[in-house]
Amino acid sequence: MQRRVPLEETAILCALCLVLLGGLAILGWGVPVAYVLHGWLIALAAGWGLMWMLNRLGETPAKVPLAYNDRVIRFGVVAALIWAIIGFAVGDILAWQLAFPALNGDMAWTNFGRLRPVHTSGVIFGFGGNALIATSFYVVQRTSRARLASETLPWLVFWGYNLFLVLAASGYPLGITQSKEYAEPEWYADLLLLVVWVGYLALYLKTLARRAEPHIYVANWYYLAFIVVIAMLHTVNNLSVPVSIAYPKSYSLFAGTQDAMTQWWYGHNAVGFLLTAGFLGMLYYFLPKAVNRPVYSYRMSIVGFWGITFLYLWAGSHHLHYTALPDWVQYLGMTMSIILLVPSWASVFNGILTINGAWDKVRTDPAVRFMMVAVLFYGLATFEGSFMAIRPVNSLSHYTDWTVGHVHAGALGWVAFITFGAMYKMVPWVWKREGVYSLKLEAWHFWLALSGTLIYVGAMWNSGITQSLMWQTYDADGAFLYSFLDSVVEMHPYYAARAVGGLLYLIGGCIGAYNIWMTVSGPKKAQTRQAGPIPRQPAE
Amino acid sequence: MSTQHQKLERNSIGFALAILMVASIGGLVEIAPLFTIENMVEKVEGMRPYTPLELAGRDIYVREGCYACHSQMIRTLRSDVERYGHYSLAAESMYDHPFQWGSKRTGPDLARIGGKYSDAWHVAHLEAPREFVEGSVMPGYAFLSDTRLATGHLPAALKAPSRAGVPYSRAQIENAEKDAVWQADFEQNYESELQESYGAKVQVRDFDGQPGRLTEMDALVAYLQMLGTLADLDTLDPEEVNR
Repeated sequence: MQRRVPLEETAILCALCLVLLGGLAILGWGVPVAYVLHGWLIALAAGWGLMWMLNRLGETPAKVPLAYNDRVIRFGVVAALIWAIIGFAVGDILAWQLAFPALNGDMAWTNFGRLRPVHTSGVIFGFGGNALIATSFYVVQRTSRARLASETLPWLVFWGYNLFLVLAASGYPLGITQSKEYAEPEWYADLLLLVVWVGYLALYLKTLARRAEPHIYVANWYYLAFIVVIAMLHTVNNLSVPVSIAYPKSYSLFAGTQDAMTQWWYGHNAVGFLLTAGFLGMLYYFLPKAVNRPVYSYRMSIVGFWGITFLYLWAGSHHLHYTALPDWVQYLGMTMSIILLVPSWASVFNGILTINGAWDKVRTDPAVRFMMVAVLFYGLATFEGSFMAIRPVNSLSHYTDWTVGHVHAGALGWVAFITFGAMYKMVPWVWKREGVYSLKLEAWHFWLALSGTLIYVGAMWNSGITQSLMWQTYDADGAFLYSFLDSVVEMHPYYAARAVGGLLYLIGGCIGAYNIWMTVSGPKKAQTRQAGPIPRQPAE
Repeated sequence: MSTQHQKLERNSIGFALAILMVASIGGLVEIAPLFTIENMVEKVEGMRPYTPLELAGRDIYVREGCYACHSQMIRTLRSDVERYGHYSLAAESMYDHPFQWGSKRTGPDLARIGGKYSDAWHVAHLEAPREFVEGSVMPGYAFLSDTRLATGHLPAALKAPSRAGVPYSRAQIENAEKDAVWQADFEQNYESELQESYGAKVQVRDFDGQPGRLTEMDALVAYLQMLGTLADLDTLDPEEVNR
């Protein structure tokens, strides 16, 4: 029993106690019902965590195995898939609502405004975030040839992060939101995420520190940038003054123009460091693995990495062209956004050229096809992004569905494609299965997802440009030719098409989840071929 | 370059710090000056903090996520100005915690919606937008008319932004609850008190068409009817706005 409690355990225990106290305070003092329920949830989760930690401390410490810790990765994969289905489904419901507005139900919790953040948080933080946590744990262990540096932290990071997600997604329909785009969760959820994130960073650095490889592999640069920069953005953008412990409501510390610039510095770099850097980390590990070729150019990796890390943070102001933000910031943002194309496309070329010599795999292996198309969509979306940051173009695209189409070209075509590609590779590896259950279903998933994306993005390009032109068309006398309502009515066919595209994507996602489920519940791989830590997965 | 970088690749803490340093430059250059440049926010006559009822209405606007479809930012483009009115000034959102400029116009811009329609129009439209405006895709908000406005938290709700710099007086914070009720009073008994406290442009009346009942609809309509009406654009100094 008399065992010295190490620093890490002490820190974790303190953090859990703080979270528990926070949860108790909320459930004790809270007034709105939803908020009190959140208090219970936080307190129960933290209490559970505390008991678990104390139990571990009471036992004689088990010998930590040398093997990689893959169990938490499996949880991450399952969580990512669950959030994917939720996020896709809610997104498609929203799409149908725009096409057929009666579907709003006109009730508080079913209306578009409250459901939309469930979709965005569900896919970005639920699906994307869990996928990044899971793959980062996989990649950092393999490329460092070391087990995760803690037996407890990975679990606390995983469960803490998913508790944050549940608080966020359940809060929006009940009216708990900051209404800052992609930073909607209120102060108490933000604080929880901060605690979790510090744990994630500590775990990542500690694991890197025990690496058996002298160099840190390029995928880890990106994962590290994702963790570090998201920490900075999350903290600064969510600075706020809560009304009191009794209410979930808070008022942001900054106002008006300053708040707008801070928010889009955050918003654009949630794209830059969660949806780009994190998934480039995924690309830099899983693509070379899948095609069994080395990364094409080390130098291009360096240029791409530091270019993105430096330039992205300047680009946020292109979301605020022609607004009350001072012009010099707008022009600076535009300039940097255009230059940003260089490091972005460095990554694109690095990815595509890595496939050189193994192009047959694009035909035979749907996972490689997923990754290859992901790189193409990344190239398309980054080009489009730089293009839309140019002021005259932005005067056409801003406030329209074109932006929505752009985001989805990136999210559906790049982020989700690279994730599904990586998952189809990683799932058999971490569950020690021979391969994916069905390559045919994998191909079906691919084609459904690709056609869904193309329909979606095509519809939004058309609707966006139509909208914008209708808003800016004058008749011979210099009066507007169309009322705003005309432009709304005109959107209907595009919105219906978009909803169909989203449905195809959702069906593809369900097939993917089923395929992975069947892979997991299938037979284990024969033990004879367990030579190295990462058995290479042959193409079909 | 490569050899230098290889050194960095051997040091995980150094690498993380390098990332943090390189990544923070953009924000420091673009955001920090916004807090120090004197003329960032123009001096405009008429701007004042929200009354408690307007703030409660704004909180409902925020709660319902209206920003997802409505912008509150008229850009300097001709097509924006001619459709929605004078382009938005930085000063007009100087008390907005958080800002609600929005990023998408599924519906029209609302920065200057105040006074363009009657209260009755807003109530009928919010309750059943698609019956009222054929072709609209807006969800209905009839439940706002049935929900009593919570006012107990209003003193604390004024205090929080005042900590972030909104110049609410102590009296305004203390009277927040009463002021909210007064502003929607159908007999308009306390108009002079409210105007004394918040200025001549405060609109005092029953907003939701349900006299004697303070609902969330009262608050939201009070907020909408105030939007864009505060800044005195006629006395604007063109030098001041020209940046």
